Amino acid sequence: MTRWSSAPPPDPGPADHTRGQGPVVIEYADLECPYCAKAHLILKELPITRVFRHFPVTSKHPRARVLAAAAEAAGLQGKFWEMHDSLLEDQGHLDDPHLWERAERMGLDLDRFEADRRSQEVADRVEADFRSGIRAGVTTTPTQFLAGTPHPGVPGASFGSALRSAT
Amino acid sequence: MIEPGSPAPDFTLPDQDGNRVSLADFKGQTVVIVFYPADFSPVCTDQLSVYQEVLPQLEEQGAKLVGVSVDGAFCHKAFQQHQGFSIPLLADFHPKGEVAKAYGVWSEDHGVSGRALVMVGPDGVVTWSYLSPPLEIPGANLIFDALEQRTAA
Repeated sequence: MTRWSSAPPPDPGPADHTRGQGPVVIEYADLECPYCAKAHLILKELPITRVFRHFPVTSKHPRARVLAAAAEAAGLQGKFWEMHDSLLEDQGHLDDPHLWERAERMGLDLDRFEADRRSQEVADRVEADFRSGIRAGVTTTPTQFLAGTPHPGVPGASFGSALRSAT
Repeated sequence: MIEPGSPAPDFTLPDQDGNRVSLADFKGQTVVIVFYPADFSPVCTDQLSVYQEVLPQLEEQGAKLVGVSVDGAFCHKAFQQHQGFSIPLLADFHPKGEVAKAYGVWSEDHGVSGRALVMVGPDGVVTWSYLSPPLEIPGANLIFDALEQRTAA
């Protein structure tokens, strides 16, 4: 049986989406969550290595898994972060036609994008992130892990001081 | 709070549809009673949303979930519909908080139930209980841990 019991968040590996330089911050986020959008605007200005993991909560955000899959499908064409930024920076346009527009603007192969975002492989990838978040005790989005310590919510003063002592 | 090894006090409460639900209905199954302060409050909404997301996995591991708060049945119904929850929500409304008090998780200061999880085994005996600081959500991982320990024991 697949295990869902407690386990620390896995160390970043080749399967993760990673960008930037500096102390490693592992984010568990939901691309339809407005607090995650706010967190993104803060985190993108910080000198950190961002590791993104999906934590879609569909009862709060009905499009959460669809958007996570869209970002992964874009990732299969090398545009994960472009889609990630695009979705978080405009959460007012999240229906399928909006996703196609975004994919076209990024120069993605649309047929492939459509097939990939509905594929089992992509669903499994999203679920693996989600499961690692549950096992790490994530209960709200966003949650940032810095040196093994969870910082739930939009990064604020306590995250800032933890980051300063990590640098 | 009620401790493992104690028999779980039986109760009968209306659910979100006004049906009367008793603990005894779950005899032969493992049930996790999720005591929480209030429908629609931000922290409780986050908590139940995360549990809802892993409900199939919890059921696969043999656990049923029920939520209990002092909100009335109509409020529970609205909360369930608004959030898309399928976890049954029981109304500990009248006499107010009687079940929370029987389980030792009542918060007299706030007039609501505390945030607590109580796992009851198929024989009606408490196998695990956890009382959380009010604004801290117990992760779903803790429920899976308790289920694994049950299997290991």
